[in-house]
Amino acid sequence: MTTETIEAPRSARVSKRSTNFEKWGWLYMRGSGVLLVVLIFAHLFTNLIAGEGGVKAIDFGFVAGKWANPFWKVWDTLLLWLALIHGSNGMRTIVNDYVGNQRLRKIIVLALLISSVVLLVLGTLVVWTFSPCPAGALPSDLPSFCPAQ
Amino acid sequence: MAEQTGVLTGSPAPKIPAPRPGRVQGTLYRGREGMWSWVLHRITGVSIYFFLLVHILDTALVRVSPAAYNAVIGTYKTPIMGLGETALVAAIGFHALNGLRIILIDFWGNGTKHQKLMFWIVIALWIILLIGFVPRQLMNVFSE
Repeated sequence: MTTETIEAPRSARVSKRSTNFEKWGWLYMRGSGVLLVVLIFAHLFTNLIAGEGGVKAIDFGFVAGKWANPFWKVWDTLLLWLALIHGSNGMRTIVNDYVGNQRLRKIIVLALLISSVVLLVLGTLVVWTFSPCPAGALPSDLPSFCPAQ
Repeated sequence: MAEQTGVLTGSPAPKIPAPRPGRVQGTLYRGREGMWSWVLHRITGVSIYFFLLVHILDTALVRVSPAAYNAVIGTYKTPIMGLGETALVAAIGFHALNGLRIILIDFWGNGTKHQKLMFWIVIALWIILLIGFVPRQLMNVFSE
């Protein structure tokens, strides 16, 4: 037997970034995950279980009734941000795993980023600029607390 | 856990026994609770993500008009969508419970040791959750 010599491993590349984004992403999935368990189970319970009729009871008046209370506005905004960022980061992980072509991978991850930003802005505006009694709507579509038109 | 016994320089080639034929158990991640929980976590996660995209857009219709929102939500009040909603809640339930299992594996000292047991606890809690949800959901969906 001849003595084999094994090259010393290359020294690790020094990260140019001072922030380890992958670590914070990993932690975010776990932190947001715990919060989402509570937020989503309560969301499902109030919308599908607690009321008479489940999904059949959901209409514009139901949403207006919930968002008359700032508690549910904050709740739904938290749901929107935590869930969409959790979901798109999970999709990014899956895309990184299966898309071998680097150019295509970057395009898909960019599409995930852009769609998430658009939906976060849209959803936040919808919750916080919501008007429960818009002019011009049929009175039968509006919640009972709206003044008669 | 296999111990590191090989010395890299000067030692004779270590004898590695051929793998036993048939089912190799306990040494492989593949095909066991660990793999299937991972597969289900991905499938449920992707499904929930695409529902979430649709759900943000349908809710955004409250800002268009009450009639537009009611028209789209009306399409959810059909038996097929009701069954889809049941599957969605089942997917969310599994993803949530298995997500808590992943957190325990990552942060609890004995988590890795008990990951298989925790998988079956996840399945048990998931079934209990569905026993609570599915009958009420189906009564709502199929009643007039």
